Amino acid sequence: MSILSLKTMKTNIGQYAVLHDVTLDVPQGGVFVLLGRNGAGKTTTLRSIMGLWRPSPGSVFFQGQDITTLHTADIARLGISYVPENMGIFGGLTIEENLVLATAKGKFDKERLERIYTLFPALETFWAKQAWSLSGGQKQMLAVARAIIEPRELILVDEPTKGLAPSIIDAMADAFREIAETTTILLVEQNFEFAKSLGRDMAVIDDGRIAHSGSMADFVADKALQDRLLSLSA
Amino acid sequence: MENITKIVERLGGVSLLPVAVALIAFVLIGAPSSWVTLTIAGLAMGMMIFLMASGLSLVFGLMDVMNFGHSAFVSFGAFIAASVLAGLSGWLGSDLIILNVAALFLAFAAAILFGMAAGWFFEAVIIKPVYKDHLRQILITMGALIVAEQMILAIWGGTPMTVPRPHFLEGSFLIGDVTIEVYRSFAFLLGLAVYVVLYLTLNRTRIGLLIRAGVENREMVEALGFRIDRLFVGVFMLGSALAAMGGAMWAGYETLITPALGGEMMIVVFIVVIIGGLGSIEGTLLGAIMVGLMANYVGYLAPKLALTSNMILMMVILLWRPNGLKPAVK
Repeated sequence: MSILSLKTMKTNIGQYAVLHDVTLDVPQGGVFVLLGRNGAGKTTTLRSIMGLWRPSPGSVFFQGQDITTLHTADIARLGISYVPENMGIFGGLTIEENLVLATAKGKFDKERLERIYTLFPALETFWAKQAWSLSGGQKQMLAVARAIIEPRELILVDEPTKGLAPSIIDAMADAFREIAETTTILLVEQNFEFAKSLGRDMAVIDDGRIAHSGSMADFVADKALQDRLLSLSA
Repeated sequence: MENITKIVERLGGVSLLPVAVALIAFVLIGAPSSWVTLTIAGLAMGMMIFLMASGLSLVFGLMDVMNFGHSAFVSFGAFIAASVLAGLSGWLGSDLIILNVAALFLAFAAAILFGMAAGWFFEAVIIKPVYKDHLRQILITMGALIVAEQMILAIWGGTPMTVPRPHFLEGSFLIGDVTIEVYRSFAFLLGLAVYVVLYLTLNRTRIGLLIRAGVENREMVEALGFRIDRLFVGVFMLGSALAAMGGAMWAGYETLITPALGGEMMIVVFIVVIIGGLGSIEGTLLGAIMVGLMANYVGYLAPKLALTSNMILMMVILLWRPNGLKPAVK
C-alpha cells in the first residue's frame, strides 16, 4: 500500500518547467530513495509535496487524501515532516528551542526525547547552545531530530549527507535505519553508497520525469542501468 | 588585542557602545550636570524612537515588507492622543493624580487601538497583495503614507496642534544640581517597560519563539505546521500599535505637532532600524539609544552638526558592521 502517490505532477519555477511528468508511488514503511543527477528535479519534487511550490497540473495524495492544494502548514500537520537540503535550522535559537518549536504542544515527550539523545548524543551535550554555533554534522542531526520529535507518518529528507564527514554519514545511516522502523522515509540522495545501504525501494528522476522505479536490490545489480541513469557522462 | 576583544565581548560587546559614547561625551562636555541632563534627554528620546522603530524592525525582519507607510501610524497616534488629551483637559489640570493618569491612559489606549485596527486594515488591504515584491511595496506604502497625511490634514487641519500634558508629568525635579524633566523620565521608563515586555514575549513565550524563527526562515516555520501568514497579521498589528504609542509619547514630548511629524520621524526610525539590524528588538533598542544620545550630545557640542549626526553615525556603523549592530540571525 502506498503512503504517498504523485500523479502526473508538473511544477514550474518562474518561467522554467522543472518537473514535466512525475508519477510515483512511495510504499508504506522503510526508506524509499529518489536518486538523480544535479538539477534532475529531486528537490523540486520534495518541495512540491510539501506545498512550497505548487504542482500544476498534477496531484499529490497522502494516505489516500488529496493534499495538492493544501497549505504547507496543513500538510505538515497531517504527519509529514521535511528536512530540506540546507537543513532549515534556526541559527539564532538554541537546540532546545529548535526542537520545542517542532512539538505540537510546546512540550517534549520524554520517551521521544530520550530516543533522540540516544540517536544523536551531541544534541544533549550542546542542548543550550545556539544552533549557528554547531558543526555541519550536528546541524544535520538537529534537522533530523526536529523531524522526529513528534510522531510522523512520512519524513522527506533532502541530501542529508551533503558535506558531511564519513563518520557522521555512518551515524546518520544508523539513525535513518532506526527511524525507518516506525516511519516511512522518502530520501533524496546523490551519495549512491549511502542510498543503497538504506533503500528498500527506489526511483530515479531525470530531467523532471521518473526514468526508473523498482527495488533497490535490482537497481544495485544492474550496473548498466546505473551508468545510464546516474553517471555524469550519460 | 585578541584578549581585549574577548573581554569586551564578554562584557556585552556592541551593547557597550552607548556607554562608550556617553563616556567620550562626558570628557568633551566637561560639566557633569549638563552631561547628566543631556544623557537623560538622549535616553528618553531613544526610548520614544524605540517604540516607533521596534514594530518596523519586526515587520521587516519577519515579513520582509518595506513599509514606508509606518510613519502614518506615528502621526495618527500623535493626533489621536492629542485630541483625547485636549478633550479631557479638565482631568489633566486636576490636582487629582488619578484623573491625570486616567486621561493619559485613555489617550494611549485610543492611539494603540487605532494603531491595531489600522495595522490590520493596512496589512489586509495594502500589504497582502504585494508580498515578495519590494518595489511595489515601496510604491504602495509611500502612496498610503501620502493618503494618510492628507487625511490628517483633512481631519485636524494644517495648523500646528498644541498637546496638553497631564499635570503630574509637567515640570522637573532636582537631584543634586542636576535638573531632570519628569516627562523625559516617564518616557524613558515607559520605553524600558515596553522593551522588557517585548523581550520577555519574544524570548519566553511560544509565540515569541515562532516570531524569532519566522524572522530567520519563514518557509521552515510553515513546514513545521504553523500558519505564518496569521502570525504576520498579529505582528503587523503589534508594530502599528507600538508606532502609534510612540507617536503619542512624542506628541507629549514636543507639545506642538504638525501633520509632517510622521514623515520627519520616519528618517530617524529607518536609521535606527538599519543600524540596529533588521528584525532584532535588542538591535533596535541599541540603535535608538545611540541615535538619541548622539542627537543630544552633538546638538550641545556642535549644533551645526546636529542634523547630520545620525547620518554620520549610520555610515560609520554600516562601514563597520554592514548588517547592523545586532542583526537577527538569518
